[in-house]
Amino acid sequence: MNAADPDAAAGSVTAAGPTTAASTSTAARTASAWMTSRAQLWSEWLAQSAARPRQLDVETAQRYIERYRALARDLVTARRLLPGSRATAALEAMYVGAHAGIDRSERQTGASLLRLLRDDIPVVVGSLRPTILWLGLLLFAAAAAGSWLVTVYPELIALVASPKMIDAVEHGRLWTEGMLNIAPASIVSVRILSNNIVVSLFAFCAGIFFGLGAFYIVAVNGLMLGALFAFTHQFGLDGELLKFTLAHGPVELSVICISAAAGTALGESLIRPSAPTRRESFQQAAGRVARVLVACALLLIGCGLIEGFVSPDPGVSLATRAIIGLGYWLLMLLWLGGRLFPRRPMRAAPQGS
Amino acid sequence: MTGVDVALDIAGVGSRSYAFIIDWHIRLLLALGWFCSGWLLIKAFGVALPSMTAPPRVLGVAAVAPAIGIYLLYHPVLELVLRGRTPGKRRAGVRIVTRQGGTPGTAALLIRNIFRLLDSLPFFYLLGLGSCLITEQRVRIGDLAAGTLLVIDSESAAKTLAQLGSMVAHSGLPPVLVELMHDLLERWAALDIARRDELARSILARADPSTPTAQLEGLTDTELARRLRQWLDSGRADR
Repeated sequence: MNAADPDAAAGSVTAAGPTTAASTSTAARTASAWMTSRAQLWSEWLAQSAARPRQLDVETAQRYIERYRALARDLVTARRLLPGSRATAALEAMYVGAHAGIDRSERQTGASLLRLLRDDIPVVVGSLRPTILWLGLLLFAAAAAGSWLVTVYPELIALVASPKMIDAVEHGRLWTEGMLNIAPASIVSVRILSNNIVVSLFAFCAGIFFGLGAFYIVAVNGLMLGALFAFTHQFGLDGELLKFTLAHGPVELSVICISAAAGTALGESLIRPSAPTRRESFQQAAGRVARVLVACALLLIGCGLIEGFVSPDPGVSLATRAIIGLGYWLLMLLWLGGRLFPRRPMRAAPQGS
Repeated sequence: MTGVDVALDIAGVGSRSYAFIIDWHIRLLLALGWFCSGWLLIKAFGVALPSMTAPPRVLGVAAVAPAIGIYLLYHPVLELVLRGRTPGKRRAGVRIVTRQGGTPGTAALLIRNIFRLLDSLPFFYLLGLGSCLITEQRVRIGDLAAGTLLVIDSESAAKTLAQLGSMVAHSGLPPVLVELMHDLLERWAALDIARRDELARSILARADPSTPTAQLEGLTDTELARRLRQWLDSGRADR
């Protein structure tokens, strides 16, 4: 039991059980010797932690891991020698800090982003395909219902369109006319794409209500679409509306269905948990399906640009709009189907690796 | 990883709200700062450049859009850059960790922030607050989805370790006594004079039992504090 080997001393004290005054004093001396022997090291560790660089080389990373293990040993010793003390609490804090520094996910690099776009997103979309199709059907059913409702009860248009929109259509022009006179295309694009991204994210998040929230978002969008087409049809402007929506609409509506399908997967994870607890199931589902939101956001940026630069431009012909709309939609299908980015064949690992 | 378990203190609704309110003020000030400077620039250039024919509404949007961007992207960007911390969280002494105590990754932090849309409903983060109140680990829906926790950041506590270690090394006193002296000196100003003098005398008597009680009784408040510091610095005190 000497200061040179405080850990061994700590073990012998604990084994003997410091019940008498003499052994208490011995324990105090041992703790003191142990802390004295480690003080310099702790100061160094603290200084290193404060100056931790963002990128570590292998040697430094190994030093961190060794330090982390040494901290764990120190913590165990401190818990035996100084239970409930401030030194033990401080060691715990240092250990937690070292743990957080080591236990972190890999840095997002270009390769991981490419993997996400090329492999992960198509796989998740593939698993969501039946739900996406059902939600597409719901969208069309809601659009048909909206169209029928406004055809039979024209006054219901007030529920989905603003008075300004109604007034424009009643005067024989679409509310989208002159959009570029109010703001430049770039600003229109940013406004539209940010709004669409929020709707898409909301369709995803609302899935937490056992999928009902996602159904609601899709149904409302379908209802509005059908109602607006029926309303413009009454004034002979449905062709103009179709012309306006043709270039960006197919992808925009598909994206709403995809994000709602991801939201439905969240709801399903709560209804039919695939993990021991609903929380774990929800967390796993969120981590898995949230990847499609990256695709949704990227596709909606494209939609926003089309809606800002192409759709309101009267100079763009119907055929051009149809080509853009269909082309963009096919591009989306190819990407989400995993056919856009070629996958490299798996190579055998080099020998000795 | 090492088989040593450590319990993390979960931050409650109070700490969470405190951090949020600080962050809210910061982002509001940043957004307002941008908006005001943008507006002033537009005004200045609008007068100086007659060729600038854009309608005022466009210029207004140009000033407002980045301000909205700052307001909305404050949390996701800062949490990603600062690895689960924001200025508000730092001030409130909390940080985001994974359920294993690790640093959350980019995906987890983004998922956590996407769910702000839901947590903020119907207003003032009512849903999120409700979730914090009813869940065992005081988490909002975003944390549930991302598998993260908001914990009390004890990094500052780690700094006392080096101090205590060096005090024990210099004083040669038992660590328990060093901690008592350190604690007492830290709280010195906050304690009642009679109470702190009584505690100081008791600790000094334990540090050096050979000191006569009458001598300790004769020491003033300032002398007692000086003696405690001397013990911590050098392991002895002037008689």
